[in-house]
Amino acid sequence: MRRIIAILLLIIVAMGINLTLAKIPFGTPKTKVGTHYIKEGIKQTGSDNIVTAVVVDYRAFDTLGEVTVLFIAAIGLGAVLTAGAGVGNRKTQPASMVLYTGCRLLFPLILIFGTYTFFHGGGFQGGAIVASGFLLIYLGCRERRISQRAFILAASLGGLAFVVIGLMGLVFGSYFLLNFLPKSASNMLFSAGVIPIIYAVIGFKVGSELASIIDNLIEES
Amino acid sequence: MSFLNNYIYYIGAFGLIFIGLYTILVKHNLIKVIIGLAILDTGVNLFLISVGYITKGTAPIFSRPGIDPEHMVDPVPQALVLTAIVIGVAILALALSLAIRLYQHYGTLNLRKIMEQKW
Amino acid sequence: MILLASFLVVVMLVGAVAACIFRDLISAVIAAALVSLIAAILFYFLQAPDVAMAEAAIGAALTAAIFIIAISRTKRHEQ
Repeated sequence: MRRIIAILLLIIVAMGINLTLAKIPFGTPKTKVGTHYIKEGIKQTGSDNIVTAVVVDYRAFDTLGEVTVLFIAAIGLGAVLTAGAGVGNRKTQPASMVLYTGCRLLFPLILIFGTYTFFHGGGFQGGAIVASGFLLIYLGCRERRISQRAFILAASLGGLAFVVIGLMGLVFGSYFLLNFLPKSASNMLFSAGVIPIIYAVIGFKVGSELASIIDNLIEES
Repeated sequence: MSFLNNYIYYIGAFGLIFIGLYTILVKHNLIKVIIGLAILDTGVNLFLISVGYITKGTAPIFSRPGIDPEHMVDPVPQALVLTAIVIGVAILALALSLAIRLYQHYGTLNLRKIMEQKW
Repeated sequence: MILLASFLVVVMLVGAVAACIFRDLISAVIAAALVSLIAAILFYFLQAPDVAMAEAAIGAALTAAIFIIAISRTKRHEQ
């Protein structure tokens, strides 16, 4: 009975989507906003990557909202999981010698690669790489624990730095999150004003958030 | 062939959305429902990116000095999907933590049995 | 190029149906990670390299890891 209702519902949704999609053929021309961002992107922000310019400069307020949602999810997960009584100790086997040595060898390399990706690639991607490095440590060498407070402190400092940079834009210019540092020719490290600094702060924050999520899930109280 | 050319990405994205919706509506196990939520999330992101594609377009990055800005794909959906992917994984982690607490409290993850118990 | 994209879309849909049908939850999670990985390849075909990097790092690795850790604290088999 439930399956039949579900399939009927899906058929109704499919018909509605078909009627809508007939108006959007594949490969429609770009919107006016997209054309404007591509034409004025390099002059106004100084960054070669237009997607980075849209995420950090033109729509920086949406990125601030996303960072807030991630923070709330990580804090909520910590509050839900540590409120209950402990499940009881499960016996865990220590990892074998190959895994232990491999994890300790690979972890600094992954951290360096993640930090490099902050500046040449994106903050979110670099944060995910850093978090997977911490996941490797939690799976391979269990004895080294990082306290929960260090991750929450790092995430809070990251969020605070983002808001402070935005407020400095308000002080120096006319609106919140103004790009106030000078821009220079492309292909130099700090040629896009405040964009690489914000992206590095975002990457640091996302990496520590995801690592704290994994730490909360693995921890056996 | 031209039908495939025009619609294959739409078929893929909507197939994922429908399979994810079906899994959420019909399955009994809570973790299976959360897996359906993950598949639905991936399908919606794929649909958003495929709307912003123009035929024979290139990526919106000025990598060489002589690139023609007329044929670039739309950068705005890509920027929005980038944040949507990270938010999706945060929502999945929160849902899984609630599932773990439900298991510790009721002893089962079958939704029918939980609804029958009523404290 | 279109034939390759069509083949990948077919494999992705088969993987999604498999994630719905399997009773062993670990197998279902691996099928969901396969869906995310092929979606990352399709993002690259749609000329979106930043999104492809983010989806490959987050969807294929971190989502599967979080699911497997949560399954290890609850039951493994469906009912």
